[in-house]
Amino acid sequence: MSSASTLPMQPGAQAPWTQPYRGTVGMACLIIAESAIFIIFIVAYIFYLGKSLTGPTPDQVLEVPIFGTICLLSSSITVHLAVGGLRKVNLRAFTFWLAGTVILGTIFLLSTAQEWYRLIYERGLTLQTNLFGTTYYSLVGLHASHVIVGLIMLSLTLLFALFGRVNEHHIEKFDTLSLYWHFVDGVWVVVFTVVYLVGR
Amino acid sequence: MSTIPAIKGVDETQATQRARTPGGVIHEWLTTVDHKKIGILYITYALIFLVIGGVEATMIRIQLAVPDNHFVSPQVYNRLFTMHGTTMIFFVAMPIVFGFGNYLVPIMIGARDMAFPRLNAFSFWISAFAGVLLYFSYLGASGLYAAGSAPDVGWFAYAPLTAKVFSPGHSTDYWTLAILLSGVGSIGTALNIVTTTLCMRCPGMKLSRMPLLVWIYLVMGGLVFVTISPLTAAQIMLTLDRYLGSHFFDTQAGGSALLWMHFFWIFGHPEVYVLVLPAFAFMNEIVPVFSRKAIFGYPAMVAASVCIGFISLSVWAHHMFTVGMGAAGNTFFVFATMVISVPTGIKIFNWLATMWGGRLIFATPMLFSIAFLFQFLIAGLTGIILAVAPFDWQLHNTYFVVAHFHYVIVGGILFALFAAFYYWYPKIVGRMMSEKIGKWHFWLFVIGFHLTFDFMHIPGLLGMPRQIYTYEADRGWGTLNLIVTIGVLFQAAGVLVFVYNLVRSYYVGKMAGPDPWDAWTLEWSTSSPPPDYNFAVLPTVKSRRPLWDLKHPEDPDSDYEL
Repeated sequence: MSSASTLPMQPGAQAPWTQPYRGTVGMACLIIAESAIFIIFIVAYIFYLGKSLTGPTPDQVLEVPIFGTICLLSSSITVHLAVGGLRKVNLRAFTFWLAGTVILGTIFLLSTAQEWYRLIYERGLTLQTNLFGTTYYSLVGLHASHVIVGLIMLSLTLLFALFGRVNEHHIEKFDTLSLYWHFVDGVWVVVFTVVYLVGR
Repeated sequence: MSTIPAIKGVDETQATQRARTPGGVIHEWLTTVDHKKIGILYITYALIFLVIGGVEATMIRIQLAVPDNHFVSPQVYNRLFTMHGTTMIFFVAMPIVFGFGNYLVPIMIGARDMAFPRLNAFSFWISAFAGVLLYFSYLGASGLYAAGSAPDVGWFAYAPLTAKVFSPGHSTDYWTLAILLSGVGSIGTALNIVTTTLCMRCPGMKLSRMPLLVWIYLVMGGLVFVTISPLTAAQIMLTLDRYLGSHFFDTQAGGSALLWMHFFWIFGHPEVYVLVLPAFAFMNEIVPVFSRKAIFGYPAMVAASVCIGFISLSVWAHHMFTVGMGAAGNTFFVFATMVISVPTGIKIFNWLATMWGGRLIFATPMLFSIAFLFQFLIAGLTGIILAVAPFDWQLHNTYFVVAHFHYVIVGGILFALFAAFYYWYPKIVGRMMSEKIGKWHFWLFVIGFHLTFDFMHIPGLLGMPRQIYTYEADRGWGTLNLIVTIGVLFQAAGVLVFVYNLVRSYYVGKMAGPDPWDAWTLEWSTSSPPPDYNFAVLPTVKSRRPLWDLKHPEDPDSDYEL
């Protein structure tokens, strides 16, 4: 080992060496893995459509949650505007749009809660009632749990923003979080189509 | 061996370091986020479970050695084969390939750590907890119901056997939760490996220059996302069934047992490739070094790995030819299964072409590699036999199937892992493993392996089903089963010799130096064991074999690569 030599090292000798941001790639990986989980639940939902031995059936009890869906899909726009605000170092706009996102997400969650309350107490549909109940609550519940996780992270960010702890250095991290939120919205488009449009 | 160029570490820690107390050492290992330490933790943890799973296998074989045997009770026997399968797949094979990946991927791409070091530690500890949870079932599963101890539903746990009615008590829940948690850990580590590979490469390490090991771990990581996740989803469904009374797999309420089979094998078959791809990865590094040639057909190897990753997603139902999928379904899965042997064959030919005309060095890692090539080929051939649906109808759930997949997992993956141990142990520990003891290990294990698994095919052809407790003497399976069991004793002896070699070499092995094999990838450019930061100065690479360029400045690879 006498020739304690060197690998050639000329940083930046040629074109600058750039690689993707690790948060973005990591989140993309997580989204792929989560998508696979959702696909399995969606397959189960479709597979069991019309196979319930007893009622109620989807067309008897489901109502299309238009208002909640509009809120959730709009929150994708607001979170995008929040990213734009932070990128332009306009922290007021960032905080405003972020708060809007949290509120819209919460409204969606409340509309789901209201729907579940109606199904459980007025229509008597639970996880145990039949195959429709089993697959419906697990699929929509899996999505709702993702909304909750997203809301917790967004609310924490909002808290930090209100206390003035967010600045332009956090743009990549917040961008990663917004990716997750877009994913949650994208999943809802699929769930909405399968449960409320195709399956009803 | 030529002189070894190495980057001197700027190691100012040694001088200032205080003498470490045992408590300090434990604290360091419990709280570490260093990819090398976590890699070692993964490997050690897997080795412990390897011994446990091996003891279970030995007990199964003693029970089956002679007809009408009562070495263990039927209940204990069911638990043994369930725990053996679950342990070996989820708590030996997965952590050990992740351990090597953790250790090697960052250092081979010239990085100082993984992309998410704390996620890395989290993934390891949650996997470790899952293993402990599985084995805690021996104590805790009786619970309030006083029924069942360890899980006994088989490693694929077909519905409706797993329903609360048929599996009372908590044993199945331990199985479900252990696999769910280990799945979370696997996805975390896979995410880390993929992100590290895409975002942490040192300057000049283009994707087209990455060592093949890293390429394959990239494919394997991607495969984990779409493989482990379905299993996680299925385990969530099973838990809902067992605890909240839902009906996913409840045939009484119109649920389908078939759906579980599909979900399980959508995981189960790609999982084989998740495990065997790292074995290919080790071959890609070891075969060229001990043939003294660059790997033959690098682009073809990359393409074949990616192809295997995709095709492996479309073969799962070849585990289900007997359930009656209809002619179209059967035909599709027969062809998909056969097609996957094409990229696998490309790899075998490329390894042979790498060895062809090389100056072969028959050190222990190379011996295991050659045995791998030979045995993996046979495992692939019996796989093609089983892929033919009518043949599978005859052999489904017989010992022929058991022999086939053990040929893949032991003859292929485990042999590749042994090769990897002998090859990278000097890097990880800083000392060589004993060649003499290594050869003992190799020959004992080869003889034991072939006694066990060659002869296991025959009772399968004669109709011996898997997972049976015992058999009558007039079946004519006695002699063959006895030979199979004798082989296990050789393998057990081989593993003991291996463990002895691991421990002994740690204390008295020859000092390795940074580059004992005169190899070409970046991990050999730093000291053995590497410092915490791997490289004092991040290297810059210009070809696929940066150390070759360094050792042969007059004839660097970069002159030939595009």
